[in-house]
Amino acid sequence: MISAELLKQLLSLAAALFLLTAFALLAQRHMHALLRWFAVQGVLLAATTALVAYAANVHELYISAFLALVLKGLLVPWLLWRIVIRLGAHREVESLVNIFATMLIGAALVLFAYYVSLPIQELSFVVTRNIIAIALACVLIGMLIMITRRKAITQVVGFLALENALFFTATAATYGMPLVVEIGVAFDVLIAALIFGVFFFQIRSTFDSLDLKHLEVER
Amino acid sequence: MKLWAYNILQAALLIGLSPLAAAVLRKLKALLQNRRGPGPLQTYRDLVKLFNKEPVLPDRASWIFRLAPYVVFAVTALSAAIVPVILVHTPLSAVADVITLVGLLAMARFFTALAAMDLGTAFGGMGASREMTFAALAEPAMLMSVFILSLAAQSTNLSTVTDTMLNADLGLRPSLAFALTAMALVAIAETGRIPVDNPATHLELTMVHEAMVLEYSGRYLALIEWANQIKLMLFATLLINLFVPWGIAMEATAVNMAFAASAWLLKLLALFVALTLMETWMAKMRIFRVPEYLGLAFLLAILGMLTHFILEVVI
Amino acid sequence: MSLFDLLLGIPLLSGVVMALINRSPIAARLNIAAGFLTFVVALALAFQVLEQGSILAHEQAFFLDPYNVFLVSLTAFVAATTAIFSRTYMLHEEEIGRVTASNLRLYHAMFQLFIFGMLLALTTNNLGVLWIALELATLATVLLVSLYRTPAAISAAWKYFILCGVGIALALFGTILIFSTSSETLGHGNDALTWTLLYKNAENLTPQVITIAFVFLMVGYGTKVGLVPMHAWLPDAHGEGPTPISAVLSGLLLNVALYALVRCKTLVDGATHGDLAGKLMMGFGMLSLVVASMALHRQRDIKRMYSFSSIEHMGLMTFSFGIGTPLANFAALLHMTVHSLVKSGIFFTVGHAAQGMKTQNMIGIRGLIRLQPGIGWGLLLGTIAIAGFPPFGVFASEFLLMTAALQSYPWTICLLLPSLVVAFAGLFRHVQPMVFGVPPEEVRAVRVNMLPVYIHLGLALVLGLAIPGFLADWYHNAADLLHRGAQ
Repeated sequence: MISAELLKQLLSLAAALFLLTAFALLAQRHMHALLRWFAVQGVLLAATTALVAYAANVHELYISAFLALVLKGLLVPWLLWRIVIRLGAHREVESLVNIFATMLIGAALVLFAYYVSLPIQELSFVVTRNIIAIALACVLIGMLIMITRRKAITQVVGFLALENALFFTATAATYGMPLVVEIGVAFDVLIAALIFGVFFFQIRSTFDSLDLKHLEVER
Repeated sequence: MKLWAYNILQAALLIGLSPLAAAVLRKLKALLQNRRGPGPLQTYRDLVKLFNKEPVLPDRASWIFRLAPYVVFAVTALSAAIVPVILVHTPLSAVADVITLVGLLAMARFFTALAAMDLGTAFGGMGASREMTFAALAEPAMLMSVFILSLAAQSTNLSTVTDTMLNADLGLRPSLAFALTAMALVAIAETGRIPVDNPATHLELTMVHEAMVLEYSGRYLALIEWANQIKLMLFATLLINLFVPWGIAMEATAVNMAFAASAWLLKLLALFVALTLMETWMAKMRIFRVPEYLGLAFLLAILGMLTHFILEVVI
Repeated sequence: MSLFDLLLGIPLLSGVVMALINRSPIAARLNIAAGFLTFVVALALAFQVLEQGSILAHEQAFFLDPYNVFLVSLTAFVAATTAIFSRTYMLHEEEIGRVTASNLRLYHAMFQLFIFGMLLALTTNNLGVLWIALELATLATVLLVSLYRTPAAISAAWKYFILCGVGIALALFGTILIFSTSSETLGHGNDALTWTLLYKNAENLTPQVITIAFVFLMVGYGTKVGLVPMHAWLPDAHGEGPTPISAVLSGLLLNVALYALVRCKTLVDGATHGDLAGKLMMGFGMLSLVVASMALHRQRDIKRMYSFSSIEHMGLMTFSFGIGTPLANFAALLHMTVHSLVKSGIFFTVGHAAQGMKTQNMIGIRGLIRLQPGIGWGLLLGTIAIAGFPPFGVFASEFLLMTAALQSYPWTICLLLPSLVVAFAGLFRHVQPMVFGVPPEEVRAVRVNMLPVYIHLGLALVLGLAIPGFLADWYHNAADLLHRGAQ
């Protein structure tokens, strides 16, 4: 067992790293690097979950840590990478985004998340309550990724990063949701990733491109 | 009085060793590239040679052009005196804090740019404009990252910060990691290393700092080169003593100080090896990417600040 | 083997079976059979609840109370009639080559899976599972929206997927926040998300945390309900998918999402004793009502027009639940029922009309009553019903709603009434030429099955004339249950 103070510090560290990966995803232009950071985020998530499982002595969490590692750290990034290769999109670079401005918006979102979660921090009794702010910020950054990106795959990565942030909230701020819920959510995410894969091919075969600007059909 | 002597001594040590440091860096790089490279004393010989040569001044050079190298050297040497090197608490560092340090460096930069523009040559103007653009981004990032440390130490005084880092039980602080990364990025940009600038290049498209000092020769060039070497050493020392100050002397005893000096030199060496590895591994980035790079440093510093307030301040 | 197992097992199992059946006529028949079996089980469950009151099953994992049991039967019923309609409709689509046999296999499997998702969402006692089930229902329908593989369909499905995905992710965040405060009193386990326990212990939940959680849940589930301004996906998804899917999306899925939202609202009411959640719902509901009723006028596509009408009615229900008095809840529940019946009936008719006229564009649809009186009358009566004319049930529920609004917030009438009139004008402006004009030369009648439409409209009529006693009791029970939290 590790002491509560050390656990708190380790979790804070994990939260900071998680925030860093969220920003890295926000800033990446290259598909390859993007997916790599995404995998890093998944592994970080798994490590945090395992840490909480060990420290709080919740055995169920080992299962979700394992799920996170396999699904989010390995399987989904690998699947996405395979799809990217098969679609021949692995060299694509997104040029539209003004990275620095986006990053500043991201920083503003962190501030916003902090203010939103202040009441929670003041009232909650959980040791790790301040992580909710970071987690909410990561959720918002995931949304920002989805808003700023115009490519189907990067948008999906944003979506999955958002999902990762939710998992992170669940483990770090509440020591994990009940097992049924964790597994159910993981299952949903897996199906979502598969459907995304199907979609890439549908979009590709209909529009000859994965650029989402083609999707704005006149109605 | 004794402390004053130590203060001057450690500043002199930093200034005196800085050509050696530059030479070591060059040697390490050569070794990595399978060359023999110049010996460790080559930089001293270069400086001596330059000091002995008669400087050639351009026709249009005004007194600013001649004054600038002295100002740059003096200011850089002064900033070397306010940084804790071997001894934490020194009289000069007690009166000057980190904002002074950034101000002194800005002054050096200002005079370099002024001298570069004084001649009205194309290169000088170009170099000055690039340098000032980068500086406008680098300085806030630098200040921000030091402020994170100051928040932890509750003081902007460098000695106090070092003291806190050394003695207070700070635990794991993610914000410090952010600050360290941001500061390292800024240091690379400020000292003109790869990937921001290449001190060895004189290609007009890519020069930043070299473009500004292109017209200098003789003792003026020597002063500027030396000032640059001091600056490199200064930033390295700053990084070391702010983030990994272990070994630095709290009291001015001989044993402590000898130990501190050797620790300092070892850490410097390790840092330089890391720097060389990075310089060999990376390519210089396009000049228009540099603002983005510095923006990243600034952002990391902001993130560090935010994580400090969110994760580390106990409400 | 309890009835619960059957209720959830039938759709799940038949979904799996239909994924294996390649012959679409058989699958379509099986779809109907499964729908009716589910409905019978739902009815049996409903009578059980009627006799015994609320029931829990599988160690509190599932439960039925007066509030959800009527939604379960409604869902099962509309699913069954949609299956009848879908048989005629989809086989025609296959004949004209808009879908292939393998697409139909996907369609039938996903249809049942979607029903399973909704029934699970309605019957589960766990807020986390509720979220999972709603997400499952979304995922099941995403590929159905893009079934036709046209550019418009694919972009609609993408929008649906992404927007609902983000929305529902926020709802999960809200759920996690609830868990973070409830696990302090109910222990770190399934209990802390079990609705019945949460409802009992609402006093012990931290009001501030619950309030913030509700904001996330509101935005999250509100996206799924199709509330303005999170509604952008809804007209596209309903307009581009196959019509049976539009019918169940509009008639059922929106209800289920609203159900989830209202469940969460009762918790907030219990924890805070304030009316913040209600006010929030009233605001979103009113905004949806106003915006959708105006947007109705600008539509060109017939299915998009009716989906805006769905937004309008969902707004109305959200508003009514937001008022939160027993009368308002009663009105909202009744409105939920009649809207589901009428709207799915309308979509059935619209599907046939679009097949007959070979277009969904309202300019191309003319003279339905001359070409095929069945469709023409169906569309006319359906529109009359949804616009809130007596003697249909929508009139009754809207009348009750107005009364409730007048009692609690009289000034809202100034917005409610004009919006309803504007929506009515918008609907009839488009529907009248479609029904009465001269049909284009080249169209000819198609095989239709108007039986489900007549059943739906007939039921809506009955509900408008006189609500059967047991149903009224039921609504009263549910309305009180929802109101109790606010006291």
